[in-house]
Parts: sequence; structure tokens; C-alpha cells
Amino acid sequence: MPQTLYDKLWDSHVVHTEEDGTALLYIDRHLVHEVTSPQAYEGLREAGRKVWRPDSIVSTADHNTPTDGWERGLDGVVDPISLEQIVTLDKNIKATGALAYYPFLDKRQGIVHVIGPENGATLPGMTVVCGDSHTSTHGAFGCLAHGIGTSEVEHVMATQCLVQRKFKNMLVRVEGTLAPGITGKDVALAIIGKIGTAGGTGCAIEFGGSAIRSLSMEGRMTLCNMAIEAGARAGMVGVDETTLSYLKGRTFAPTGREWDVACQYWRTMKTDDGAVFDVVVEMRGEEIAPQVTWGTSPEMVTTVEGRVPDPEREKDASKRDAMERALVYMGLTPNVPITDIRLDKVFIGSCTNSRIEDMRQAAWVVKRLGKKVASNVKAALVVPGSGQVKLQAEAEGLDKIFKDAGFDWREPGCSMCLAMNADKLEPGERCASTSNRNFEGRQGAGGRTHLVSPAMAAAAAIEGRFADIRKLL
Amino acid sequence: MEKFVVFKGLAAPMDRENVDTDAIIPKQFLKSIHKTGYGENLFDAWRYKDTGEPGKDNSKRPLNPDFILNQPRYQGASIMVAGKNFGCGSSREHAPWALQQYGFRAVIAPSFADIFFNNSYKNGFLPIVLTADQVRRLIDKINGFVGFQIEIDLPRQVVIADGEEMPFEISGHRKYCMVNGFDDISLTLLQAEKIRKFEEARKIRHPYYFSTNIANASL
Ligand code: SF4
Repeated sequence: MPQTLYDKLWDSHVVHTEEDGTALLYIDRHLVHEVTSPQAYEGLREAGRKVWRPDSIVSTADHNTPTDGWERGLDGVVDPISLEQIVTLDKNIKATGALAYYPFLDKRQGIVHVIGPENGATLPGMTVVCGDSHTSTHGAFGCLAHGIGTSEVEHVMATQCLVQRKFKNMLVRVEGTLAPGITGKDVALAIIGKIGTAGGTGCAIEFGGSAIRSLSMEGRMTLCNMAIEAGARAGMVGVDETTLSYLKGRTFAPTGREWDVACQYWRTMKTDDGAVFDVVVEMRGEEIAPQVTWGTSPEMVTTVEGRVPDPEREKDASKRDAMERALVYMGLTPNVPITDIRLDKVFIGSCTNSRIEDMRQAAWVVKRLGKKVASNVKAALVVPGSGQVKLQAEAEGLDKIFKDAGFDWREPGCSMCLAMNADKLEPGERCASTSNRNFEGRQGAGGRTHLVSPAMAAAAAIEGRFADIRKLL
Repeated sequence: MEKFVVFKGLAAPMDRENVDTDAIIPKQFLKSIHKTGYGENLFDAWRYKDTGEPGKDNSKRPLNPDFILNQPRYQGASIMVAGKNFGCGSSREHAPWALQQYGFRAVIAPSFADIFFNNSYKNGFLPIVLTADQVRRLIDKINGFVGFQIEIDLPRQVVIADGEEMPFEISGHRKYCMVNGFDDISLTLLQAEKIRKFEEARKIRHPYYFSTNIANASL
């Protein structure tokens, strides 16, 4: 029987199934960071249990590490609790081992979802988990990847398995050609705008269609990263030559004959012709314009040509309520054109958009506009996703383009995506952000977040307001 | 893990949809390396008038009198009844911990976000799905009667309120664990032999997933 990619990934990892369908799923790769692991290690120690397979673990400190002051070493971590987490991770990894550990200050440190793929630690056909909901990112490689809670982190450490029930199969097919300047981010936001933040609840979403296949691995990662914002724990894209050529030569990717054998298997990591999905959503690539969120949920999104919506026109009372509440929080007036919205800060970074391609796109816009960051923009942060992204960007001179225009070029980390370190919005501040969540207070208490692509964020920084990047092309 | 069998307690309404995990426990409280101490900061941004920080003495902070859980009639509440898509947002397990450590043992809503739903069971905190109509009626009753109590009979899978019995679904596995207070790890380790066999077979078939070049970089 023809199978979906998700069916194949599921079947190849089931160790045991209970009568009610609950399965034990074998986990190939476990990504561990400083915020959701300490309690898991504590639990293991308390129960006198061992880590089942230390070489399945790839670890880094990223969530609340500072993005400046690295020259001061650990003294640069001013928050004592962040410091405690960073030091605790270090102790735990040293005590129990890992395949790879990129600690704070390491040249290859970075956001878990950036360093996994860039080191070839994420491979097609794998199951990948991490105590972070954006683990869905890794599904871009044709693997089954999703976020887990801290108890599950402990469970995977102790048993190499996850207790899991099968999701439904959902296909989001985007056919056609994306217009120039349209990125994975715009596709992701457009999909969420269409199906809503609960549209994928209970499903594993496969992204397919010619528009998706035309995306680079970076674009696919951005898209799968945001599957969770559509309510699905896992997002994925089938393996093709783009996947394989990205992986070739990466640290933990196989080499020589083993590479050929692996590729043979990996090429089967895609949905068979004729496989049936429980839910199918179809979209056209041509119809996707640059996206900008206006509210406090990723589904509250419109295009750069749009206007702030008017709750008066919403018939559904609870939706109207939510809109009104969002507009008050965001300090926005209905019917105002998106391009009239002025920004206080700009953030280019996060596991959604901090890879080399994102850096290149943003830098391209900055260079093309040839001006400095607008005077109303108090801070414009560029935070590369990893030490390797940073090095590559610097080798290409991108840092110079940013710095010359008045951007702040930082050390890698999650930074203002969740504002657990010093990078955050002040109450009332408005930010164009390339991250994935615009919830109330996500980027700092009272902060107002508009989600956009890196190119759109760069243009917003220079113009001081949202601008249609397609006009630059 | 505490067993959950039959439980009756004071109900409190959370009459809004999409209550996200950032609202349940704001991120500044995720920095702890321990599993407890989150109850005082449940719904921190809604509950207090100032901005909470870890380590702050919460007893000295100004409360927001309009916030539902601050009302005298809901002191000691242990069952929450909420709008749809409860617990959306991040994977933080601190969300069920905070609800539980505040004193809640269950939350009833028309729907839940997946990760929150899973995380809840793992901690002996019971999320129950009832229909939107049933939830609406429960909230109306809670609003209408001070001291309104709800009973949850997990073995029979019913919510009992005001004499009415409302059945709910739960997987056999989850129910078994909740009722007996078993944690997942000990259950899974009963299958250790099977896991080992699976692993050996996988290693032979797909050696490239088992790179063992363990490298411990140091600070
Ligand atoms: S960048 Fe943001 S979303 Fe991504 S892992 Fe870090 S905190 Fe999570």
C-alpha cells in the first residue's frame, strides 16, 4: 500500500505498540539545551538511572546565553539563574557524555535547531526530539522531528524511546512559482493565516508541491519550524537532491560507500504516489505576498499591501473579541495601511530565520537600499544562528554591511526570540521580528511583535516602517 | 506521581480561548533548574499588577483584583474550566507544573494544544475534553453559584456537576498510569529487552545513525 512519508518514519521506529495504539517510538537523535534539561538530569539522578545512549545526544547552550560581552567569558552572564543553567548543563554533559557538545563560548555554539542540521547531526529517516517546540524544524530533512516536554526529555534519556500516539496525516500542497522576494517565512505565515494556529492540531504536516520543492534547505527549515505555530507538532518535507547536496560533507554525515548506501535509503524518504492523507490543504505559490502579522497570534497575519483589519467586520463574536484585544495590546487602529506602521526595534535572528541564507537576504536589502537604519528605530539586532553562520557571514562581508548601516552584529543564540537574556523589548515597543511567535510579552513584557521575513525586517529597519521589498527587485 | 482516582473540588472559570503557555507561566520563570516553585507565578502577568521576576517576594506584590483567581470566591479552586485550545504555545512543561503547584488537579476545556495535553498526563495533571456546549454550561453554573463544585470520576470517565454526568475520553494507557500513579519511565523499562533488540537491528541496517565519536568539548 502506498505510504506517506510520516507513515514510513513512524513504521520504521515503532519498538512496541499497546492495544490502544500507544507506541514506543525509538529516538535516533536527542538535542539537549540548558533550559529544559536540568530537571530531566535531576530526575535521572534521583531515580538512579543512566542515560541510555549518550551518543544520541547533541547539546548546546543557546536559550539564555548573552549575545554580547563574550570576551568576559562566564562573567559576561549577568543573570545568576542563566549562569546556573549554563553551568549545570556543562556539568551534566560532562558527567554523562554526548556525541557533540557545543558549550557557551564555543566556536560552533548556536541555536539547537541551527547546529543540528549544519553539523549533519540531523539526517533523513531519523527521529529527532528536543525539549523545545520548534524541533519541527528538522523535519525539513525528511525526518520525524518534534518538541517534547521535560518529562519526555527524561524519558528519552532513560529509555531512548518516546511514548507516542500516531498523528493524522496532513498535506499542505503549495503548487506554482513563488514570486521573487517571497521566502519560506512568507509561505509559512500565509499557510497559518489560512488554516489558523489550530489548523494542524493532532496532525503531522507534510509540505509538498512545486513551490515547496523550489525552496532551499534554509527555506524548508523556516517552513517546518513554523509547523508548530499551525498547531502541528511535526512538519516535514520529503527528501530530494536539494536535501542530499546540503548534507554532503557535513561533520556527522556518512562518507564514502556508507554515504551512497545511506542516500539510496534516504531517497525513499518521501510520500509514495497515491498515498492518502487525512487532510489536504491546497495553495498557489503565485498568490503569496510578503506577510506581516498585526496581532498576538501568528494567524493574525496579512500582506504588506494590506491594512490592519477592522473587528467591526468580523461576524464571529469570539474572533471579534480576540481581534479587539489584540489591537489594544498592539496599539493599532483598524484600517491603517501596514506600510504606515512605524517600528522601534528590529530583530533578525531565531531558529526560524538566522541561517546564512537569511543573513544574505537581509544584507542584500540593506545594501540595495544603501541607507542607514532609520532614526526612529532605536535598535536593530542581527543575531546569527550559530558560530558557523557568523563566521561564514563575516567571510562574505555581511557583518560589515549590517554594521555600516547601523545594525548591531551579535554573538549567536536565541536572543530576542524569547527574551530570556538581556535582549528584549520594553513595554509598548514595536518590533519587526524574524522569529516565530508574536504572543503577548514574548519578546519582553508589553512588547509588540510583528513577524516578518529577514528581507522585510531589514527593509523595515532602514525605512523605519514596513515596506514592500518586492519594489526593490 | 500522585494517583488520580475520584476527585471533587471547587471549580474556577477561565472564560477565554487560546490561553497560551506564556500566559500560564511567563518565560522569566523558566530559568529555574528545579521542578517545583512555580505555583506562585501561575498567570503572573494577569494576576499581579507589577512585572514578576524570579526571586521576588510574591506576597508583597500588588494583586490585580479583576483577575478571576484573585476573587475571594475562587480561593482554593482545584478544577479549572476554560475556553478552547487551552495551553497553546511553547512546549514548556512548567505550564502544568504551575497549574498543579497552584492547587489545580484538572482542567476542562473543549480542546487543548497537543504538547500541553501530553505534558499534563505525565505529571498526573488531568486535562479533560468536553463539548463546547458542556463547557459553556459549566462556566455559566460556576459564575452563577458561589462555591460550585465539580467531581471527576476517572475510573468511570465521567465529570459530574450539578447531578449531571458527562462522559469523557482518555486512552487506556493514560488512565492506567494516572489511576495507579505510575510514571512512564518505569513502564517503558519493562520493555528494555525489546528496545535493545530494535536498536541492534537498526545499527546493522543503518550504521550511519550510530556515529559514536563522542566528543566532549570543555568550557
Ligand atoms: S530561537 Fe526561539 S523558538 Fe528557536 S529555539 Fe530559541 S527560543 Fe526556541
